[in-house]
Amino acid sequence: MSDKIAFSEDRLAKAKEIILRYPEGKQKSALLPLLHLAQEQFGWVSAASMDYIAEMLQIEPIEVYEVATFYTMFHLEPVGKHVIEYCRTGPCCTMGGEEVYDHLKTKLKIEANQTTSNGLFTLKEVECLAACGWGPCFQIREKFYMHLTNEKVDGIIEELSK
Amino acid sequence: MAKGIKILTEHINTPGIETFEVYKKSGGYAAVEKVIKKMTPEEVVEEVKKSGVRGRGGAGFPMGMKWSFLAKPEGVPRYLVCNADESEPGTFKDHFLMKSIPHLLIEGMIVSSFALGAHKSFIYVRGELMYVIRILEKAIEEAKAAGYLGKNILGSGYDLELVVQPGGGAYICGEETALLESLEGKRGNPRNKPPFPAVKGLYQSPTVVNNVESIANTPWIINNGGDAYAALGIGRSTGTKLISASGHIKNPGVYEIELGLPVEEFLYSDEFLGGIRDGHHLKAVVAGGSSVPILPANLFLKTANGEDRLMSYESLSDGGFASGTMLGSGGFIAMDETTCIVRNTWNFSRFYHHESCGQCSPCREGTGWMEKVLHRIEHGHGNMRDIDLLVDVAKKIEGNTICPLGDAAAWPVASAIRHFRDEFEWHVKYPKEATMKGAVYVKEEVLV
Ligand SMILES: Cc1cc2nc3c(=O)[nH]c(=O)nc-3n(C[C@H](O)[C@H](O)[C@H](O)COP(=O)(O)O)c2cc1C
Ligand code: FES
Repeated sequence: MSDKIAFSEDRLAKAKEIILRYPEGKQKSALLPLLHLAQEQFGWVSAASMDYIAEMLQIEPIEVYEVATFYTMFHLEPVGKHVIEYCRTGPCCTMGGEEVYDHLKTKLKIEANQTTSNGLFTLKEVECLAACGWGPCFQIREKFYMHLTNEKVDGIIEELSK
Repeated sequence: MAKGIKILTEHINTPGIETFEVYKKSGGYAAVEKVIKKMTPEEVVEEVKKSGVRGRGGAGFPMGMKWSFLAKPEGVPRYLVCNADESEPGTFKDHFLMKSIPHLLIEGMIVSSFALGAHKSFIYVRGELMYVIRILEKAIEEAKAAGYLGKNILGSGYDLELVVQPGGGAYICGEETALLESLEGKRGNPRNKPPFPAVKGLYQSPTVVNNVESIANTPWIINNGGDAYAALGIGRSTGTKLISASGHIKNPGVYEIELGLPVEEFLYSDEFLGGIRDGHHLKAVVAGGSSVPILPANLFLKTANGEDRLMSYESLSDGGFASGTMLGSGGFIAMDETTCIVRNTWNFSRFYHHESCGQCSPCREGTGWMEKVLHRIEHGHGNMRDIDLLVDVAKKIEGNTICPLGDAAAWPVASAIRHFRDEFEWHVKYPKEATMKGAVYVKEEVLV
């Protein structure tokens, strides 16, 4: 059992618009877009969010759980203010990704899947972000940070720590 | 033949090209006018067939032929789904195209939907590209406001709605039937085929799935004719191809090349990759995305018969898997002598293990085994039998799974051992040296 939650007014309107995009009876197609909306609002996807979405789409909660756990973008536990999703895949490594990654971890004093003690940063490793030639790269929410160097990483972290 | 012709990227650097207005001024939406006002859907399909354009998502299946297979039962909707999941390591061309010139894809979607008789079409974009989704949605709004989308397009009576759908982070959803499952709001487990999507696809209705770049070619084909497109390129590799290049080259980025361009020119000319970074030599190339066989530099530049290789489907696969590779998605990864092939192979195997959907045992278990064994060799705990074990596991995955992710996981491992076996053996024999920071095994004869 989980506490009740709800979308903000504008997101609720957006959710309703999304559900209407699909043919009659196929409203389950709205599941991924709605999970993204929930994560956008709450920062992560809680059981309460999933139950809320299930109700909205008139499907069983399990149908939401099994989908949310399949896709790697959804954070199923609370995360820090900024989630750094660092590309660890081969092409970025040839662009110097491993060295920059080591620097980032040293700078934040955390390993992958950890959050800094001030709650500002969570570090996650992700696979190829379709930005290989612009690597090394990471993503924070919708924003791509590309052509990373140690100095650039320092600047980004300092900026976001303000 | 016009050298350096650009079909997709001609206007990509025009300021404001992401807006409807500038795109239209650059000749955009002429193909929509043409098909809607002057052509039947059958005629559009015929032009695309004539063009010989092959699917740009990786498999290279002729697009016109795929369209002609679409079932057309009475009273059942048909769907076009654009595959913008782009998750194959090394590939970032669709990302580049959509963010830079979104209306080209929208125009292609309208032309293609008209040809297929679809009234609701989807663009499935990997969820990480949410900012691109917003760009596409804006472009759709603009096209709608101008009467090129929505009800009664240009007064023709043809209706079309475009929906942009985000994925959730899963490479497997690039496989077309997994993509359809995902679009239906489910886990991305590939479907058994048959039935093929052309008969039972999205919502059990006839469906065509095409890659972003494939669809983006259709406006040019309509404007200039299928024959004009077929006159470009070489042999059955007609037209141009976007290549996304990364790695140890001077100019990483996305390039539109005419198929048939000599590999050497692509690699060294300043117009393209500009050569290997200063002071270094090319060791290996992955020519078409992480799934295709890796080649040592010498075999990449020249076939086993000593012929110059070309950037085309046929030339890159010359020699089969013994000495060739594949054009694939055009994800070009160049590696110089500082690259450890064992480490790179382990990295790729971790990717495939991470991305296996888990439905088929050979892939679910096999990718895990390969990752573990490669990790052990890379970290100095391997033995000689491990190398043959990897070959054996790869063989047992290949061809034994519902979808080709299994093959995609097996090929990089099998090809790395085929061409760089001594490097794996060196890791086993000299674990201390091999695990020293920056230590790499290099065999001079493969370098270029
Ligand atoms: C594991 C896997 C991943 C794939 N990823 C993509 C992808 O990201 N984009 C794409 O267009 N095709 C991808 N494909 C190929 C699709 O299944 C399909 O062949 C393609 O979208 C068809 O479009 P096309 O004929 O225009 O290339 C993938 C295939 C497999 C097996
Ligand atoms: S490998 Fe990092 S974006 Fe492709």
